[in-house]
Amino acid sequence: MALLDRCAEVAQQPGSGITVKGVGCHGPCSDGPLFSVACGDEVRLISVQSSSASELAMELQEALSRGSLREWVPRGCRSLDPQSPFLALQRRIVLERCGQIDPEDLSDAESAGAYQQLNAVLAANNPEAVIDLVRRSGLRGRGGAGYPTGLKWATVAAMPGAEKRLVCNADEGDPGAFMDRTILEGDPHSVLEGMAIAAFAVGAQHGFIYIRAEYPLAIARLRRAIAQAQQQGWLGTTIAGSRFSFDLELRVGAGAYVCGEETALIHSIEGQRGVPRPRPPYPAEHGVFGLPTLINNVETYANIPVLHRLGLERYGVGTKVFSLTGHVSRSGVIEVPIGTSLRTIVETMAGGPPDHKPIKAVQTGGPSGGCIPAAALDTPVDYDSLQALGTIMGSGGMVVMDSTTNMVDVAAYFMAFSREESCGKCIPCRTGTVQLELLLRKLLARKATVADLEQLERLSETVRDASLCGLGQSAPKPVLSTLRHFRADYLALLQPLEASR
Amino acid sequence: MPQDFEQLDPVLRRHQFRADALLEVLAAAQRSYGYLSAPLLRHVATSLRLPLSRVQGTASFYHLFRFTPPPRHQCLVCTGTACHVQGAGGLLQELKQHLNCPELDIGEVRCVGTCSGAPLVLVDGEIWNHQRAPALIEALQELLQ
Amino acid sequence: MSVCTLRIDDQDVAIAAGSTVLQAIRSAAIAVPTLCHLDGLSPVGACRLCLVEVEGSERLLAACVTTVQDGMRIHTNSSRLQEMRRTLIELLFSEGNHICAICVANGQCELQDLAVRVGMDHSRFSYRYPNRCVDLSHPQFGLDHNRCILCTRCVRVCDEVEGAHVWDVGWRGEHCQIISGLAEPWGAVEACTNCGKCIEVCPTGALFHKGEGTDEKHGHPGRLAALVQGRSRQELEP
Repeated sequence: MALLDRCAEVAQQPGSGITVKGVGCHGPCSDGPLFSVACGDEVRLISVQSSSASELAMELQEALSRGSLREWVPRGCRSLDPQSPFLALQRRIVLERCGQIDPEDLSDAESAGAYQQLNAVLAANNPEAVIDLVRRSGLRGRGGAGYPTGLKWATVAAMPGAEKRLVCNADEGDPGAFMDRTILEGDPHSVLEGMAIAAFAVGAQHGFIYIRAEYPLAIARLRRAIAQAQQQGWLGTTIAGSRFSFDLELRVGAGAYVCGEETALIHSIEGQRGVPRPRPPYPAEHGVFGLPTLINNVETYANIPVLHRLGLERYGVGTKVFSLTGHVSRSGVIEVPIGTSLRTIVETMAGGPPDHKPIKAVQTGGPSGGCIPAAALDTPVDYDSLQALGTIMGSGGMVVMDSTTNMVDVAAYFMAFSREESCGKCIPCRTGTVQLELLLRKLLARKATVADLEQLERLSETVRDASLCGLGQSAPKPVLSTLRHFRADYLALLQPLEASR
Repeated sequence: MPQDFEQLDPVLRRHQFRADALLEVLAAAQRSYGYLSAPLLRHVATSLRLPLSRVQGTASFYHLFRFTPPPRHQCLVCTGTACHVQGAGGLLQELKQHLNCPELDIGEVRCVGTCSGAPLVLVDGEIWNHQRAPALIEALQELLQ
Repeated sequence: MSVCTLRIDDQDVAIAAGSTVLQAIRSAAIAVPTLCHLDGLSPVGACRLCLVEVEGSERLLAACVTTVQDGMRIHTNSSRLQEMRRTLIELLFSEGNHICAICVANGQCELQDLAVRVGMDHSRFSYRYPNRCVDLSHPQFGLDHNRCILCTRCVRVCDEVEGAHVWDVGWRGEHCQIISGLAEPWGAVEACTNCGKCIEVCPTGALFHKGEGTDEKHGHPGRLAALVQGRSRQELEP
């Protein structure tokens, strides 16, 4: 922040010929703080390492007096190689404007193309065509479950009744996941535009963005973006001169992971305990305040304007945004084509574990997902391949674990998470997660027997099959997937007596 | 003596005293008054025409609402996956062991989504990246003085 | 009124469209255990005991909240379901402090009956022995949280039938607890009408009349259905 202010002071001098602006996240977080220098078409990312804000501002002043910033790399800084795999192997279409535009300035976003697709969609005035495009693109929900987006839209559109609602699920709760935060902080208008297009397609008049309270910056930028879009007529009544009206409301959560589950999220929007209810009825039929409701995740909505701009052919299989963390040399947010191999992502792009330890596992899908063993690193990252491995694509959090990691400890960590976040409504999740964690702790304390291991496995299956909602049903996944791929870690922890049998 | 909690009035009016605004109202109430005291909850329930148990049940469901006055300082250790694999658990334990002071609330926070700084802590709402126990304890002790 | 025909275990069952699978099961006199369900209250699908296998569905479905469809083939008593129900009952016993020998509902307890039915003599899971309190602040009634299984029948009957909404669920997960008012003593809650419906519908000895000794509580969950039905016919004024 201080950096931005100092540089802006320099730029404000008459005749400087440059503009300085705050932008959203560029992606390579482990190299931060970052700034980019754009001269004509050439954009370079520069990582600030040991330089202070005032030193940088002074250097900027000097460089300006020399004339051009083209070759400028200030002292204490490092220019990131655009050909480095972390940057070069990405396909940034959803994140295209993240790091380029000032997320707090609508006109900057507009000049980079924001709301043009909404404008075109409204001018064409053909909601069926919008749904058809989404359906043919094969876009699947980016929030975790991967339900076909076009089908969901068509279902809501077909529901009787004039009043419908739209919800954006921005309750990104998986630990280690921050893709949606990056989008909301870097380019909030892409989400608003996607929501408006969706609302037009399914016939919704009112929308909610449900965002977790742990993201204060994203909340502030969203509030601002909504206000600006309303002022410019991209939200509100008779949008862009059409007869379409759509208004948006921000709802801030209060710390409950389970509210990412859609029926719990609906209850929370309604001001109730965020407790899931059995489905059907699905939200498409009976959603917010009992009205037919379309719920999609942040990244799904952000895909909509891109899909319209590129068209089916150029959009192709689409991309997925991942956040890379854990034992990696380069962490951050990346966007890659769906089907990129896991190895490319965690070894080539993220650089594998620092100090060259071997990778043991990659965890995807958070507490609802599982661990992929190193032997399966050549798996393409798509919905079905990951499911076959006993995990899920999830929302996009990827945590890399090196050979020092004990997978039973990882399973216990996620089980503790699910236990704490269980809403307590159904028996298997409320008390099953408690017992599962106890069994895992018993293993870690080297007090468990073969019988305990069997009970762990059986109870995991019961909790998976009997729980009411997605949280409970997937809570045992980290256990089941580590039991499947890393059974040796469990066996090594059995009582000495038992192990020697 | 009934308190008037007038700082809450604009929020209640903005939401037209609608029951579905309960979470927004509770959040605003906590921002204004620090925590959700029984009289405050009673006021919210009456204003939104909700049963008391509904208000209490809803408020207690969510992590971020508190029912006791907040301590002067707060240090929350992030327990996200990235922080966990880099030692957040041990960090939390050491803090609890070495810092026992009613002025400081040591707790956990769910992933704040800036995992590149793992392990990280939130001190009075500010993110401190790459924390190790000895240095952090020292910094917190300084803060407490 | 259209009718759906379905096959439950080995019986063909015909029932009005729009009915629940549980109604169909009961109409065929097949015994499927339930705890949170009670005729006359809205279903919540929380106890998971009435889960059944439906051919063509990967997931197990809770009979109380699933609507019948023509041609459904349902299995209510496979060995997998039996094992699951036993596990659920054992989990309940491990979660609270259920000591039948000193309980007012001994011999009249739905949880106890179910334990016998699923063939459970002890819980295979570690007993948690939670530290829970007993609320005796109400002049006529008492609430022993140790025996509560969070079926929420009391919450629903008080809200949906009595209209007082004294009860709700507080906190979450393993810390969930039935609360009255602002989690204050029951006797201090002005909204309570002392109607006693919550006592009648409670499946265990958690809610009881003061003065009842061991084995002396007799719940009357069946009375509720008659009351609700009567009201809908306007025979009984609320």
